[in-house]
Amino acid sequence: MKGIFKVTTKTIVAAGIGAALFALLFMYVKIPSWVPETSFQTAYGLSALIGTLFGPIAAGLAAFIGHAISDAVQYGSPWWSWVIASGVASFIYGFAFKRTKVEEGVFGIKDILTFNVIQIIGNVIAWIGVAPVLDILIYAEPVELVFTQGAVAALLNSISAGVIGTLLLIAYALTRTKKGSLSKEA
Amino acid sequence: MDEQVIIEFSDFSFQYYSQAEPTLHEINLKIHRGEKVLIVGPSGSGKSTLGHCINGLIPFSYKGAITGSLTIKGEDTQKKDIYELSKWVGTVLQDSDGQFVGLTAGEDIAFALENDNIPPEVMHERVRKVAEMVEMHYLLTSSPFELSGGQKQRTSLAGVMVDDVDILLFDEPLANLDPATGKTAIEIIDDIHQNSGKTILIIEHRLEDVLHRHVDRILVMKDGRIIADRDAHTLVSSDILVETGIREPLYVTALKYAGVDVSPEISPGYITTLKAEVTQTALTEWQDKIQSPPAKPKKPIILSLEDVHFSYDGIHPILQDINFDIQEGEIVSLVGKNGAGKSTLSKLICGFEKLDRGIIRYYGEDIKDKTIKERAEIIGVVLQNPNQMISKSLIFDEIALGLRFRDVPEEEIQERVEKVLKVCGLSPFRSWPISALSYGQKKRVTIASILVLGPRILILDEPTAGQDFRHYTEIMEFLEAINQLGVTIILITHDMHLMLEYSPRAIVLAGGRIVGDTAASVVLTNDAIIEKANLKETSLFNLAQMSHIPDGTRFVQRFIDYDRSVRHQ
Amino acid sequence: MTVKMKLFSYNLMDTFIHHLSGLTKLICFLFLTFAVMYSYDIRVILAITAFSIFLLLKSKIKFRQIRTMVLYVLIFILTNAIISFFFSPEMGVEIYGTRHDICKLYGRFYLTQEQLFYSLTKMVKYASVVPLGMIFLLTTNPSEFASSLNRVGTPYKASYAVALTLRYFPDIQRDYRDISQAQQARGLDLSRKAKFISRVKNSLLIVIPLIFSSLDRIELISNAMDLRGFGKGKSRTWYTAKKFNRQDILALTVSALIFIGSICVSVFINHSRFYNPFI
Ligand SMILES: Nc1ncnc2c1ncn2[C@@H]1O[C@H](COP(=O)(O)OP(=O)(O)OP(=O)(O)O)[C@@H](O)[C@H]1O
Ligand SMILES: Nc1ncnc2c1ncn2[C@@H]1O[C@H](COP(=O)(O)OP(=O)(O)OP(=O)(O)O)[C@@H](O)[C@H]1O
Ligand SMILES: [Mg+2]
Ligand SMILES: [Mg+2]
Repeated sequence: MKGIFKVTTKTIVAAGIGAALFALLFMYVKIPSWVPETSFQTAYGLSALIGTLFGPIAAGLAAFIGHAISDAVQYGSPWWSWVIASGVASFIYGFAFKRTKVEEGVFGIKDILTFNVIQIIGNVIAWIGVAPVLDILIYAEPVELVFTQGAVAALLNSISAGVIGTLLLIAYALTRTKKGSLSKEA
Repeated sequence: MDEQVIIEFSDFSFQYYSQAEPTLHEINLKIHRGEKVLIVGPSGSGKSTLGHCINGLIPFSYKGAITGSLTIKGEDTQKKDIYELSKWVGTVLQDSDGQFVGLTAGEDIAFALENDNIPPEVMHERVRKVAEMVEMHYLLTSSPFELSGGQKQRTSLAGVMVDDVDILLFDEPLANLDPATGKTAIEIIDDIHQNSGKTILIIEHRLEDVLHRHVDRILVMKDGRIIADRDAHTLVSSDILVETGIREPLYVTALKYAGVDVSPEISPGYITTLKAEVTQTALTEWQDKIQSPPAKPKKPIILSLEDVHFSYDGIHPILQDINFDIQEGEIVSLVGKNGAGKSTLSKLICGFEKLDRGIIRYYGEDIKDKTIKERAEIIGVVLQNPNQMISKSLIFDEIALGLRFRDVPEEEIQERVEKVLKVCGLSPFRSWPISALSYGQKKRVTIASILVLGPRILILDEPTAGQDFRHYTEIMEFLEAINQLGVTIILITHDMHLMLEYSPRAIVLAGGRIVGDTAASVVLTNDAIIEKANLKETSLFNLAQMSHIPDGTRFVQRFIDYDRSVRHQ
Repeated sequence: MTVKMKLFSYNLMDTFIHHLSGLTKLICFLFLTFAVMYSYDIRVILAITAFSIFLLLKSKIKFRQIRTMVLYVLIFILTNAIISFFFSPEMGVEIYGTRHDICKLYGRFYLTQEQLFYSLTKMVKYASVVPLGMIFLLTTNPSEFASSLNRVGTPYKASYAVALTLRYFPDIQRDYRDISQAQQARGLDLSRKAKFISRVKNSLLIVIPLIFSSLDRIELISNAMDLRGFGKGKSRTWYTAKKFNRQDILALTVSALIFIGSICVSVFINHSRFYNPFI
């Protein structure tokens, strides 16, 4: 728990570069789902990675800025309730920071579980809590509609963050292999 | 304490947190106020680590164990933080894109002042002044996208000078710059040194290019130790460079080939100081003895471009009127200044971008209708940055990827990958994770992953950038071996040595047009081409002129022929 | 895929909107969008929409520049109206407390005047922020954006994260293109035909090199910033910060008045966020 909210220059750069990547993935790299007009956003896999490597502040800012910018570029104005929810979800992913051994090159079953539990909690709070409530408060949208949308989003985003995020973290752990530990084959 | 010593290492060692062994061993070094020092050494020898200790990134950003002491201006750096050190030491990092954090040149120069809470009005004044020193004042509102590599480098320079530091530290300032821009960078650094009396440290692989201007001392590092500390004349005369795997200046190699005794007496450190009277006879006699190899028989034309035109946005032409033929089995270099359109040309050939006009033929057949994937079977392209291509964690899987996409049966994949692994000298690492490889090895993995598809033409974008001489030689020998197997090779490069040594022919681009298509030795001795394409004449040519050898181009050609025959023995 | 090389296609032109400082535009943008976001009074919304279209024309933005956005927004608004009708056909009736049926559609779905009015209000409301956003995006110098955020109270570190995003987006976009082309050359199939699992795998083949090369970049940039003293103070100044002049004050006053006006209409005239023409 200690130090996960510390803001260093690296946190800020991770947020800035992370936001640029988030916006790019959000606009171009989505995988259509079976629910019409919605898709699996690889971007949440990215913010989960940023969260696990750099903490809640970096991930929350990255998703908030990235989502706001991609909305602004596509629609002219951000859809604030969802932008905030993206930020909240990713902020919570950041609680996996320093709780896994990925920096040491290990991302085993236990780490995968920890990461996914945190990630799912984040998505539930953000999409079934924050987003619909803000939709109602800011935009006075119908209650059933926003909660249904929220549930679908929570499901899809948990799958994206879970599948893409886990795969990215495994790949990242592999890049952390210590040198000396390898020998040449004949 | 000696007032004149500005940086002093005593029995200094450093071990990175994650390393089993120290990276720097018992460094003892004094650098005096106003000195200009060059640091060379093979890759991984600890040059950047030494620099990080001076500017405070160690231990601020990289953790580890320090023993011994390092003082700057008489004060122990262990008791300072990185912000205090940044007032004394200005660092220009290798990657000018990473260092350029502002949205425009002006903002980037002002960055340090902004962090110091200087009011905007004062800031504008100071930024203008430094920008004038590096001739960037008319480009203050340009974004990094609109600036050339050299202009970005100038911006970085202004960005550290704006703070009036005492020490300037350059970590590989020349990487990725075209030869003429690199030369200008060295001149700017030297002018600053002369005019301001700042202490200057330069870390660089391109020894000969730095020695375009005077340096006071050269430190040679190897395995974390300083193994030599001398002036240019003594260093170049010794065997240390060759032994540590650092490329010596080309004219020195020529002198040695000609049997001249290279010693400090002839001042061989800089081409401009060389006492050429002494060397003239030896060089003339040597060049007359060399036999030119017989001309190669003509081969069929594998690739030809006719009247090719292209622009990204339909407004600014990037390539115009491009015509050339390439024969089967050739090695051709594509050279020219930053932004001339070299990478764009390779994208057109591979079908990543569509021609506006013109025809590209493969064995006489127009390939307009071939998709990217179909073209990839005959033309492979290797990007400059291997990290942009690698997507698997194991070497085997990475190389097999293209075959798996093509649904090749698994047994055949095994066989083809094994074969390529052997060709590329990667068999011993077969099951390693890619992350455990060095940059040069990663580069070979990306080449292998393209070779396995069996292309007839291989295009490589900057295959040797940032490599030390040993790895450079390794990669190039490997490419020559592939070429012997019949693959035609196109090299995009800023390295004039590479062009001279490995490609008989060079195509020169400038401003989107071809300004030269001829022997490499001619390109580097022709003033008009050199000027147009931001190249730099080779020191061999200067050597020939200084020694009153009448046909400089022929001398360069003779050198190349001789050098090749020596290498292939 | 068309690629915009810069996020904001900002061109400096000689209109008074372009000359306003970035900070002014940010504050005005916030005032006006909050005014329409808060209000459900179609009269207020229409008035603000008319005003912002007037500004759009004044700032000489060409339709060509905003065509795709307009299209996206139209699709979004229509889908939203239809979906919310199917979820809550009685929303209008609930809000306005009366019921005027127009016709029966199907099963429990009745089309009511209230629902129609609610949908219409909402459509105009969502559409009205678009011209504002476009003016802001297309006339604000991106360099001024981060400093403006800082000056409206965002911590400077967070503001700088935004500056970095704007700075590096084009670079990352170019990387993305290069990587995806290189992978296609090796035979990667990006078409929509592939199965779900292989689409996940295929997108990872682009995403992994893109992300991992960006992680290297993060390390490099944060070192470069530390070396130049980023983060040492509690505040920082901005090279691009502009001073306010008379026009800025004027613009700020007008938009503040509009914001207050919109709130006052709700509080004192409608006694709710909704304007109710049915009683
Ligand atoms: N952050 C780090 N953590 C652990 N080891 C490191 C780190 N950075 C460098 N090293 C190791 O320290 C050694 C020296 O690296 P350094 O970067 O100083 O070399 P260099 O001489 O600058 O090489 P090059 O010419 O390739 O830049 C290498 O073996 C490298 O693996
Ligand atoms: N995707 C793109 N969209 C628009 N313009 C581009 C694009 N890629 C390159 N350019 C522009 O085209 C010109 C040629 O670029 P190119 O990358 O081909 O140069 P180059 O000769 O490879 O330079 P360098 O030696 O620096 O690698 C440059 O002015 C560049 O800014
Ligand atoms: Mg180095
Ligand atoms: Mg290039």
